Amino acid sequence: MIEKVRHHLSQNEPLLFERSSPGKRAYQLPELDVPAVDPAEALGAENVRAEIAGFPEVSEVEAIRHFTRLSTWNYAIDHGMYPLGSCTMKYNPRINELVARTEALAWAHPYQPEALAQGSMEVMARLEAALAEITGMDAVTLQPAAGAHGELTGILLIRALLQKRGNPRRKILIPDSAHGTNPATAAIAGYAVENIKSSESGVLDVAALEQLVTDDVAALMVTNPNTLGVFEENIIHAAEILHAKGAMLYMDGANMNALVGIARPGDFGVDVMHLNLHKTFSTPHGGGGPGAGPVAVKAPFEPFLPAPRLKRSGKRWTYDYKRKHSIGRVKAFYGNFGVLVRALAYILAHGGAGLRNATVDAVLNAVYIRKKLEPYYDLPYPSPNMHEVVFSDERQARHGVRTGDLAKRLIDYGFHPYTVSFPLIVHGALMIEPTETEGKMEIDQFVDAMISIAREAEADPQLVKSAPHGTRTSRVDEVAAARKPVLRWKPA
Amino acid sequence: MVPENLRYTKEHEWLLVEGDTGTVGITDHAQEELGDIVYVDLPRVGTALAQASPLGSVESVKAVSEIFSPASGEVTEANAALADAPEKLNEDPYGAGWLVKMKLSDPAQAGSLMTAAEYQAYVGAEK
Repeated sequence: MIEKVRHHLSQNEPLLFERSSPGKRAYQLPELDVPAVDPAEALGAENVRAEIAGFPEVSEVEAIRHFTRLSTWNYAIDHGMYPLGSCTMKYNPRINELVARTEALAWAHPYQPEALAQGSMEVMARLEAALAEITGMDAVTLQPAAGAHGELTGILLIRALLQKRGNPRRKILIPDSAHGTNPATAAIAGYAVENIKSSESGVLDVAALEQLVTDDVAALMVTNPNTLGVFEENIIHAAEILHAKGAMLYMDGANMNALVGIARPGDFGVDVMHLNLHKTFSTPHGGGGPGAGPVAVKAPFEPFLPAPRLKRSGKRWTYDYKRKHSIGRVKAFYGNFGVLVRALAYILAHGGAGLRNATVDAVLNAVYIRKKLEPYYDLPYPSPNMHEVVFSDERQARHGVRTGDLAKRLIDYGFHPYTVSFPLIVHGALMIEPTETEGKMEIDQFVDAMISIAREAEADPQLVKSAPHGTRTSRVDEVAAARKPVLRWKPA
Repeated sequence: MVPENLRYTKEHEWLLVEGDTGTVGITDHAQEELGDIVYVDLPRVGTALAQASPLGSVESVKAVSEIFSPASGEVTEANAALADAPEKLNEDPYGAGWLVKMKLSDPAQAGSLMTAAEYQAYVGAEK
């Protein structure tokens, strides 16, 4: 049988194991210039094996081609619009990479003496200052490695402060529209979680909050704008209710990209918050990390921040390890430094006016999509949206087509799917976030695709329910994959 | 149809009371909302549960959801068949998909739960 009848881009790719031939090598070692040592003698015979069974053996060009071909299967923001709501898949400007690859920064070592790390320390100090200014907060720690890590750090800070005041309290209040990481954070920090139902317009119900805030409540964790993309217009009032009872306002900064340059959480009563640099400040989301989830706090929390803290000592930066109230380290060394460099590059390249523009464009894009798609998709919460818009599949579900089906069909139109089935308070949610990255041309193409899919869902529901059709692999059986996972390859 | 002989919680669990033995499961509406269930986490025999305290969790393709105990008591049996066949929860939520049996500390607690008619109305209103 002739195997190669198509352009390689549309061919399937076997596993590296299946490409393997015994004895092939992709490396050449120079001749040994030191006396040979018998590994069995040095390590003990029981620790030495002659071969790794089943290890793939390929040549260099075969390895290169295998991974290069696989890389062409990826969908990335560099290919096209990536409207994955809540994730803020914005373009990562190349200037970030240029700066992060500067030799003195890229090769900096965490054990370098302070005297030889002044530049790196200055980068971190400037980023801390920039984030404090953007959020309207008093101090920032850059240690947490991701958003959820930032949340945990933030709630531990609240616990530490309340503890010092005599009582860490027992409960944390969380709206039902929250990210799932919020209740998880509260539980790991030793708090009981109490849910608050959102009001009909999809925002915090202040009357309900007033009922629930007691002397036993440590904090309210709120995302603003919330996961529906709606600004919590009662946030100042909510902060007053909490503060009157000695409770704190924690803000999940996942959606900070809708506020930068427009509103500052520190000005509307937030005590502690985290930022997701990989969302708002355009550092890579790649492969689950590394991320960065800095935490910004008001002055009373500063003594509790993770140690060490950057400190100015005359003309030099130094690290202050003697912090007796600190909650301790939350990360080895100083956070994911390379990510921090990229975020600072983004902030400085944009400047204040540029950052504000990015926010305005992100909101404009999402509102434009909402207006264009409103005639075709159900909008469960008609409150004005900011950087993202959440529809439901109610109209399409009448034809048996659900949000997951619509998303799969979107792949056939050349777009990455939007976020499916989140937030949980919207039944069959379609959560769309274009970010400021997209211009009108790309957004119009997306809108046309969504309108076309809405028409298909009525005229030919089966076409949508069995999508995608244009991919190498058609719809996979997610249920079987979860119930009976195949976790490793075995030779046929 | 919602079985008449069971009592229901707002979190969509059901309770069957036979003497001081209670059987707990989730409703058809709950399994429908969750979608295909892929994993069920149940308490060990002997676990003491208070009414409305977390009993375990079910994981579907969409999300992980906690299950709350509809009554107080001690777990006497967990449905071991669900470990290999979580789909029973989708296929037969009021029968083969039961979760735990417990010795009820106060069978009268069932009175605080919804009747079939009340639950039917509650689910209707929620939609």
